[in-house]
Amino acid sequence: MLFTSYSFIAFLAVVILLYYVFPKKARWTLLLVASCAFYAFADYRYLFFIAVTALSAYFAALRLERLNNTQKEYIGKNKDILSSEEKKRYKEEIKKKKWRLLLLCLFLNLGILSVTKYTNFVIANINHFLSDASKLSPVDLIIPMGISFYTFQTLSYVIDVYRAKTSAQHNFFRLFLFVSFFPQLVQGPISRYGDLSETLYEGHSFSAHSFSMGLMRVLWGYFKKVVIADRIITGVTSLIGSPEQYKGVYVFIATMFYAFELYCDFTGGIDITIGIAEMMGIKVAENFNLPYFSKNIKEYWNRWHITMGTWFTDYIFYPISVCGPMLKLSKWSRQHLGQNIGKRVTVYLSSLAVWLATGIWHGAAWNFIVWGLMNYVVIMASQEMEPLYARFHKRFNVSGKPLYEVFQIIRTVLLMSFIRMFDCYRDVPLTFRMVGTVFTTFNFSAFTDGSLLKIGLTGADYIVLLAGFVIVLSVSLVKVKVGNVREYVYENSNVLFYVLAALLLIMTVVFGAYGVGYDSAQFIYNQF
Amino acid sequence: MKRVKKIIFAFVIACFVICAFAFLQRLVMPKYQTGIVEGSMIEEYYDEEVPHEVVFIGDCEVYENISTVRLYEKYGVSSYIRGSAQQLAWQSYYLLEDTLRYETPKVVVFNVLSLKYDTPQSEAYNRMTLDGMRWSKSKAKAVNASMTEGEHFVEYVFPLLRYHSRIFELTEDDFVHLFSKDKVTHSGYYMRVDSKPEGEFPEPMPLRDYTLGENAMSYLDRMTELCRENGIELVLMKAPTKYPHWYDEWDRQIVEYAADNGLQYLNFIDMRDEVGLDMSVDTYDAGLHLNLSGAEKMADFFGCWLTECFELTDFRQDERVSGIWKEKSDYYYEMKQKQTSELEQYGELVSFGANAVKD
Repeated sequence: MLFTSYSFIAFLAVVILLYYVFPKKARWTLLLVASCAFYAFADYRYLFFIAVTALSAYFAALRLERLNNTQKEYIGKNKDILSSEEKKRYKEEIKKKKWRLLLLCLFLNLGILSVTKYTNFVIANINHFLSDASKLSPVDLIIPMGISFYTFQTLSYVIDVYRAKTSAQHNFFRLFLFVSFFPQLVQGPISRYGDLSETLYEGHSFSAHSFSMGLMRVLWGYFKKVVIADRIITGVTSLIGSPEQYKGVYVFIATMFYAFELYCDFTGGIDITIGIAEMMGIKVAENFNLPYFSKNIKEYWNRWHITMGTWFTDYIFYPISVCGPMLKLSKWSRQHLGQNIGKRVTVYLSSLAVWLATGIWHGAAWNFIVWGLMNYVVIMASQEMEPLYARFHKRFNVSGKPLYEVFQIIRTVLLMSFIRMFDCYRDVPLTFRMVGTVFTTFNFSAFTDGSLLKIGLTGADYIVLLAGFVIVLSVSLVKVKVGNVREYVYENSNVLFYVLAALLLIMTVVFGAYGVGYDSAQFIYNQF
Repeated sequence: MKRVKKIIFAFVIACFVICAFAFLQRLVMPKYQTGIVEGSMIEEYYDEEVPHEVVFIGDCEVYENISTVRLYEKYGVSSYIRGSAQQLAWQSYYLLEDTLRYETPKVVVFNVLSLKYDTPQSEAYNRMTLDGMRWSKSKAKAVNASMTEGEHFVEYVFPLLRYHSRIFELTEDDFVHLFSKDKVTHSGYYMRVDSKPEGEFPEPMPLRDYTLGENAMSYLDRMTELCRENGIELVLMKAPTKYPHWYDEWDRQIVEYAADNGLQYLNFIDMRDEVGLDMSVDTYDAGLHLNLSGAEKMADFFGCWLTECFELTDFRQDERVSGIWKEKSDYYYEMKQKQTSELEQYGELVSFGANAVKD
């Protein structure tokens, strides 16, 4: 059931209606049933996988909490009797038990994720080293929808309980709802239990304000997805699909088109998710903060797919940075390679792990791994070049100047967009080759010879896309100035708010690329 | 007070959105007034003011092959053709159901060619048949029975969802016929005065299975039953055109079916001479469909047969009905004249649906 399908819209209308009809205390159960139905509608077998994940997290978290409490109680009770050495030993013992339990849970869930998503990737790579006769056949495995999202979300819960940052949920069905909450099941955001649980389980009273805000956000999401992303995809597919035909300027155009498509597709999907939750009074974590206004890649990654970024930071970067072997390595490096290099080793290696994991998380292909590593290289390089930048800024006095900021933004967008082309082309060498043609093939006639009208986009499509771009850019600029655009408009003029909502709806219905003649595209992030 | 204001405002906004959608829907829906006019045929029925004792149901083999005006003028038979391009058997059945909501004819004539299709065929043809149908249970069932893969029921309920992309393809027609449409048929008959002799047709391909589809035949059963329940005489016909090929094996099944159910079956392919058809002059597209001359010959023959077999009213004696048929005749001859003039001027027809889709 795609967010853009009629069946989903009907499903949503029924769920929201029932949500406010149900007794407040039972509203979370409705959400659970709706989430299961939503998931089963895609494929009933998926329910098995998500249930295993939820069950493992449920039991692991309960046991972890019990161990936390046992330790607390034991030490509390015997604080006068036990020596500090004994306390330490006891804590170590409990920690070991917890660690074993956590590892078991991680292995099980990451194992399911790896087997379902990466088996064929591994087979394909092994086959490179085998003769034709002994090549392994790919296996036909189910890849549960949104498995990367719900696995990460669930693991964050278990790790938080392990760290005693949050208490375990004692009601399995409530936990299952946290794992499977339907609006965010498909493409995130990756919520934290501490942030989502309370708002999810609470039965919210109907609030016209919250409902209107949510509805507006849903409409805005649909506008970006259906009017822009699903329209431009035809052009992107044509340009990417024939690399021999479309080189040079075409690659540059494809890069820009894909950047715009991905932005509208992913942020549109997240807007729909957050908006749906808001219509029911539920607050879901933000996942974007105007990423294309970032002035460098690091900032970009703080604004793009925020919940994934913070997940990797909290659950991979920091644990690796402070783990025993890493601390030892850091110490050794400082002693043998000098302070300057020594202090960087930890950051470099932990970041490498993060970006490798980010790449692998995005897909079972070398393209994604190289994409992750490219991000890593650029971020590390810009980090190393920071003193140089600082000197340049000081010398030319450009820091904070609007024109220079625009330059920085454009530079970041271009850099990110080119790195992202690894998503698009068939393989890594082809991506390098095609991006290379931008700097070697100067076929600027593409802009004037009408060939851009032969890539599946008509003149009318370009007009809609241009108008869409202007609207998205304008809203983003207003957001920079006022923060929450919806709230701003609502507070200043109720009438304008609803008129804009009506216009958004009409524009989406009339100018949307959907229905017969259009192959309404799956959200790009669904595949993760 | 504030609450009341809010409710009124919400109501106004809702009305604005509904009106905007209603207007946009009207604007973007194909008007089928020039070029492909077949899409207008089904809805024209609802403007009819005269009773019909004979209703023809089927695809282009009925709406292009029988002149209803001639039937009236020569025999006083008031008839209507509820036909559209590639109208499938289940669509014909539901159109018959729909017709019975307005009137009960004495005779229903069903053209059997569409029985060769057992499954939904084409979204474009579905639309031409179903969009013009008024909403009723019959239409809902017809839509459900006809949808091809990728079609959605909701897009029939709100055609704006289907045709929204036409916003970029609007023509003068869409604005001129925004609120009113011209008639393109003569009681369902689509007129063409041009002529193109029947040519060679491709050899018929041997089929793996000559049995007419179970689904299509079940709708013929339902049609038979429906007519029986309503005291209507059902007549089966096969138009005189030889292409698309009508296999002998199919014909035998229909003959058998007619015999089993006590129905009359007329295969005009075998009766071309009796009808007096000269396919070197009576067809406008090399033998696929009849032109006006052919359709009038068919009407002459069929009218005679119908009046002999059934007790049909001579509506020429009915002042009110004859008055309305007089208007129909005037429009018929006016169009005939216009087409003839166009033919003389350009050597071919350039309007009147000359580029229409054929099944």
